[in-house]
Amino acid sequence: MTDTSTTHSGEYEAQLGDYFALLKPRVMQLVVFTALVGMLAAPTSVHPVVAFASILFVAIGAGASGALNMWWDADIDAIMRRTANRPIPSGRVQPGEALAIGVALSGLSVMMLGLAANLLAAGMLLFTILFYAVFYSMWLKRLTPQNIVIGGAAGAFPPVIGWIIATGSFSVEAWLMFALIFMWTPPHFWALALFMRNDYDDAKVPMLTVTHGRRSTRRHILAYTVLLVILAIGTGFTSIGGPIYLTAAVVLNVLFLIGAIRIWKRDEDDSEADNFLIERKFFRLSLWYLFLHFGAILAEATLRPYGFGGWS
Amino acid sequence: MTIRAEHEIHTRRRGRNLGIGLMLGGFVLLVMVLTYVKITNIDFNDLPGGAVQTQESS
Repeated sequence: MTDTSTTHSGEYEAQLGDYFALLKPRVMQLVVFTALVGMLAAPTSVHPVVAFASILFVAIGAGASGALNMWWDADIDAIMRRTANRPIPSGRVQPGEALAIGVALSGLSVMMLGLAANLLAAGMLLFTILFYAVFYSMWLKRLTPQNIVIGGAAGAFPPVIGWIIATGSFSVEAWLMFALIFMWTPPHFWALALFMRNDYDDAKVPMLTVTHGRRSTRRHILAYTVLLVILAIGTGFTSIGGPIYLTAAVVLNVLFLIGAIRIWKRDEDDSEADNFLIERKFFRLSLWYLFLHFGAILAEATLRPYGFGGWS
Repeated sequence: MTIRAEHEIHTRRRGRNLGIGLMLGGFVLLVMVLTYVKITNIDFNDLPGGAVQTQESS
């Protein structure tokens, strides 16, 4: 049997799907969803075509920063099991191609968002791309165990960009949505670091599990979860919240807090015994946690014109 | 001299080129629709001198 996608010289010929994988489609889904919620939660309406185009360019910008991240991190991606099959370490895409795609799509997305929406939104998208690709990937990630905490801001900007697309300005509500993702990111990634065990050690990435130990990581997960719970429930009493959001937030945050306490109470022997079952469950719950919080904000915003959403 | 033999790699490349072509076509279409929406929804009073022109015409 021969590999059907190799040339006569035996070199693999990248397919469209390989280039698409460079853009981190799963991260793009989160970016699209949170940016869309940010835009729809804003008090100003946007023309559907402008909204569609703007969200598309935000997604392309996010994808571009993902490609730049993969270009820069190809050496550590090759070491970690979780990332070894990415397009560059697996040899499907050349590093130079990833860099070219990342730079080209960054420029295109920022320019087009400026034309489709406004210059402030374009500026924020450019800042987000630079924050993730340069500040986080090239500097923070290999420097400090706080990499996830500060770098988490990059993933938290999309709802702010969405809000700016609609209103052309910043607001407290937009920063509340930012804070929700920002505070959610550390427990989410530290739970992953706990059950991916040696990946970050092998790649010499200074994750908290490597620099401060696993016991400290468990404490940090609980501490950040407590702060997140206060923030998430508090948001329910603002203008983007309402009864639907508050109900969802109370249920989700009780579950999340229980998960964090269970992780904190365990030691490594407990975790090894059940192959990190609690940590894996907490990680899966964290994905639903964010999706449902933003889903609830969207529900409040959608129902508001009919007199149901919000507190009024 | 042209290459007449169709190799499997040519079929694959055609698929990739078709995909890129469709994306570029979609992009052009999006820019056209976006331009149309922007032009038809523009508030001319917001343009420099727009308010003056409105006063003169009224």
